[in-house]
Amino acid sequence: MPPVLQTVTVAPQQGGPSYLREHSLRSWLLTTDHKRVGLLYLFTIILFFAIAAVAAAIMRLNLLTPRGDLVQADTYNKLFTLHGVLMVWFFLIPSIPNVLGNFLLPLMLGARDLAFPKLNLLSWYIFILGGAIALYALLVGGVDTGWTFYTPYSSTYSNAHVALMAAGVFISGFSSILTGLNFIVTTHKLRAPGMTWFRLRLFVWSMYATSLILVLATPVLAMTLTLMALERIWHVGVFDPALGGDPLLFQHLFWFYSHPAVYIMILPGMGVVSELICAFSKKRVFGYTFVAFASLAIALLGFLVWGHHMFVSSQSVFAGMIFSFLSFLVAVPSAIKVFNWTATLYRGSISLDTPMLYAIGFIGLFTAGGMTGLFLATLGVDVHVHDTYFVIAHFHYIMVGGMVMALMGGLHFWWPKISGRMYPEFLGKMTAIVTFLGFNLTFFPQFILGYLGMPRRYHAYPEQFQVYNVLSTAGASILGIGYLLPLCYFIWSCRYGKRVGDNPWGVKGFEWETSSPPPTENFAEPPIQTEEVYNYPPPSSEPVI
Amino acid sequence: MARHQRPNTEGGEEFEDEINPVNNHQAILHQQFSDLEQQREASAAGIWVFLGSEVMFFGALILAFGVYRFNYAHAFVEGAGELNVVLGSVNTAILFSSGLTMSLAAATNKMGSRLWTLIFLLATVGLGVLFLAIKGVEYHEDWSKGLFPGEAFRWTGSDSPHVQLFFLLYFIMTGLHAVHLLVGIGLMLVVLWLAWRGWIHDQHFMPLEVAGVYWHFVDLIWIFLFVLLYLLGGKI
Repeated sequence: MPPVLQTVTVAPQQGGPSYLREHSLRSWLLTTDHKRVGLLYLFTIILFFAIAAVAAAIMRLNLLTPRGDLVQADTYNKLFTLHGVLMVWFFLIPSIPNVLGNFLLPLMLGARDLAFPKLNLLSWYIFILGGAIALYALLVGGVDTGWTFYTPYSSTYSNAHVALMAAGVFISGFSSILTGLNFIVTTHKLRAPGMTWFRLRLFVWSMYATSLILVLATPVLAMTLTLMALERIWHVGVFDPALGGDPLLFQHLFWFYSHPAVYIMILPGMGVVSELICAFSKKRVFGYTFVAFASLAIALLGFLVWGHHMFVSSQSVFAGMIFSFLSFLVAVPSAIKVFNWTATLYRGSISLDTPMLYAIGFIGLFTAGGMTGLFLATLGVDVHVHDTYFVIAHFHYIMVGGMVMALMGGLHFWWPKISGRMYPEFLGKMTAIVTFLGFNLTFFPQFILGYLGMPRRYHAYPEQFQVYNVLSTAGASILGIGYLLPLCYFIWSCRYGKRVGDNPWGVKGFEWETSSPPPTENFAEPPIQTEEVYNYPPPSSEPVI
Repeated sequence: MARHQRPNTEGGEEFEDEINPVNNHQAILHQQFSDLEQQREASAAGIWVFLGSEVMFFGALILAFGVYRFNYAHAFVEGAGELNVVLGSVNTAILFSSGLTMSLAAATNKMGSRLWTLIFLLATVGLGVLFLAIKGVEYHEDWSKGLFPGEAFRWTGSDSPHVQLFFLLYFIMTGLHAVHLLVGIGLMLVVLWLAWRGWIHDQHFMPLEVAGVYWHFVDLIWIFLFVLLYLLGGKI
C-alpha cells in the first residue's frame, strides 16, 4: 500500500456477513468469536461498574456531613469494600484488556481470531461465575475488610462473608490468566505476514506487557487468598500472629500481586492513548521503540516495587529504602511515554474529536496521578500521607483519570468499527469535557483532605474537612453524568447513528481496512503488512525536526 | 518441540502406515490458523505460558513455606520427622517412572507404533493412580496420628502451633499437587482414548505432547515438595 493519507473508501461489504448478523441468545452465549466475547465482557463490566458506582455514590452522599448521617460505620465499611473489590477485579482489570483487547488484538495482528477461541469464551464464563459469587457474598451481607483483605482481621476477626468473596476473586483470577495466556500466544504466533515485532501497534505492545503481568502475578494472589481463606475456615495460623503466623507475609504476597495489578489497570490505557494520539495527529508516534519498551519496563519494574505499600508496616528501613528507590524508577518509563506522546503532537495535524479529548485528558490526569505517586514513593512523605485521602486521590487519578478516560476514549474511537455506526460527536465532546471537569472536582479536593490529615475508610470526620468533602461529592455527581450520557447515546447510536465506512477517521491499521462492523472471519483476504506501522506522510514538505 | 517433524498434511503425498492402518485421521486445522505448523506452535506456546503461571502459583506457596521453615526451623524439623519417608521415597520413584513412561509414549508415537504408545500411556495412568493410592495411605496414617491441622490436631511435643503450621502447609502443598495429578490423569485418559481411536499418531501428536509437558511439570513439582517436606526430618 503506498503511504498515502486518507484512504477513506466506503467499500462495499467485504468478506462474509457482519459478526453482529446473528441475533439469537444462543449465538451470543456459545460464540467463540473474539469480537463477540469482547462485547459480552463489555456488557458484564458495565453491570459491575454500575453496582460499584452506586456504592461510591452512597459513600459520597454520606460524607456530605461530618457526622456521616446516611449510613452506619459498619455499612460504610461494607460499601468501600464492595466498591474496591468490584471496581478492581470486576471492572478495571477486565476493562480494556477483555473488551477492547479481545476485540482489537486479532484485528490489529491481522489474525482471524485469538489462538484459543474456546478458552476465550471459557474465560468469560469463569468471570461470570466469579462475579456471581462476589455478588452473592454482597447479597447475603457483604464484606467489611476493604479490598485488601488484610490479615488477621480478614482471617480471624471479621464476621462478614470473607471466604465467599475471596472465592469469587480467586475464580475470576483464572479468567485473567486465560486471557493473558491467549494474548501472549496470539501475539507470538498469529501475526500476519510482514507484521514484525517492531511493526506491532503500540496497543498490542501494551496488551502484551499486561498479559505478562496477568499470567505471572494473578496466581500469587490466588495462592494468597487460598491461604487466607483456609486460615479462616480451619482456624490454624498462617498469617494470624496469635496462632503462630506472620501477618506481614500476607501483605508481601498480596502486594506482590496487587502492585503489578495496578499496572494491569494502567498499561492498557497507555496503549489506547498511544493509538489515539497517533490517529488524531496523523503522525507516527515519537520514539516508537522507546514507547514499546517502556510498556515492558513498566511491567518488569512493577514486580519489584510492592514494598512501597508497606512503608509503615514494620518492614525494615533498608527494605523501605530499596523499594522507594525502585518505585522512583517506574517514573522513568512512565515519563518516557508522556513526553513521547507530547512530542508526537508537535507539528501533527491535530483534530480534536471526542477520542482525542479523552486522550489529552488522560495525559494531564495521568501526569498528576503519576507525580503524586512519587510523593508516596518517598519514605518520609509517605509516613505523613499514608492511609489518607491523598492516597485515594492519587490512585483514582491513575485508575479513573487514566484507565477509565482511556477506556472511554477507546470506546468512542473504535465504536464505528464495533457497531458500524457513529456516536453523536457534539454530545461526545461535551461528555469528554464534563467528565474531565467532574473528575477533577471530585478528586482534587481529596489531595488537600489527605494532606491535611483526613484518613481513608472513615464514615465520619472532623468538621473542618466538610468543605472539601462537599466539593468532592458535587464533583462526583457531575462525573456520574459524564458516565451516564455515553451509555445512553451509545445505545441510541446502535439504531439511529449514522452508518460509517471502513475507515471513518482516515487512519492506518489493519482494523480499519476491513468492513465496519467486521465479518466473522475479520478479513476477506488475509492482510499483509507491507509498510512501517503508523506510516503517515510527514506533515509538510519541510524536514521534520 | 517437534521441529524436526516435517508435517505432511497438505494432502500432497499419500500418507501410509503399514503398522497402523487406522492412522488416517488428519489433524483438524482450526480456522484461526493458516497451517498445522502454526497451530502446533501455538499449542506448545500455550502450555508453556500456562506452566509459567503454575510456577508462580506454587512459587507463592513454597515461598511461604521457606519463610516459616526459616523462622521456625526446629518445629518444622520435628513435624517433618513424623512423615513417612519410605512411602514418600517410593512415591517419588513411582512418579519418576511415570515421567519415563510418558516420554516413551511420546517417543513411540513419533516412531509410529500405536501399540507401544497405548501401553506406555496406560502405564503412565497406572503409575499416577498408584501414586495417589499411596498418598491416600499416607494421609490416612497422618490423620490417625492426629497430624491433620484444625480441631483434630494432637501434638504432645513442644511448639504445637508451629508444628501445626508445618502440617497445614504439608497438606496444602501435597494436596494441591494431588489435584494437579488428578487433572493430569484425566488428561492422560483423554489422550489414551484419542490414541485408541487412532486420532493421535505420528502426524498428529500435539494433544499427547501438551499433556506430556503438563505431566512432567507435575513430576517436577513433586521433586521440590519431596525435598522440602520429607528430607527435612533427618530420619534417614
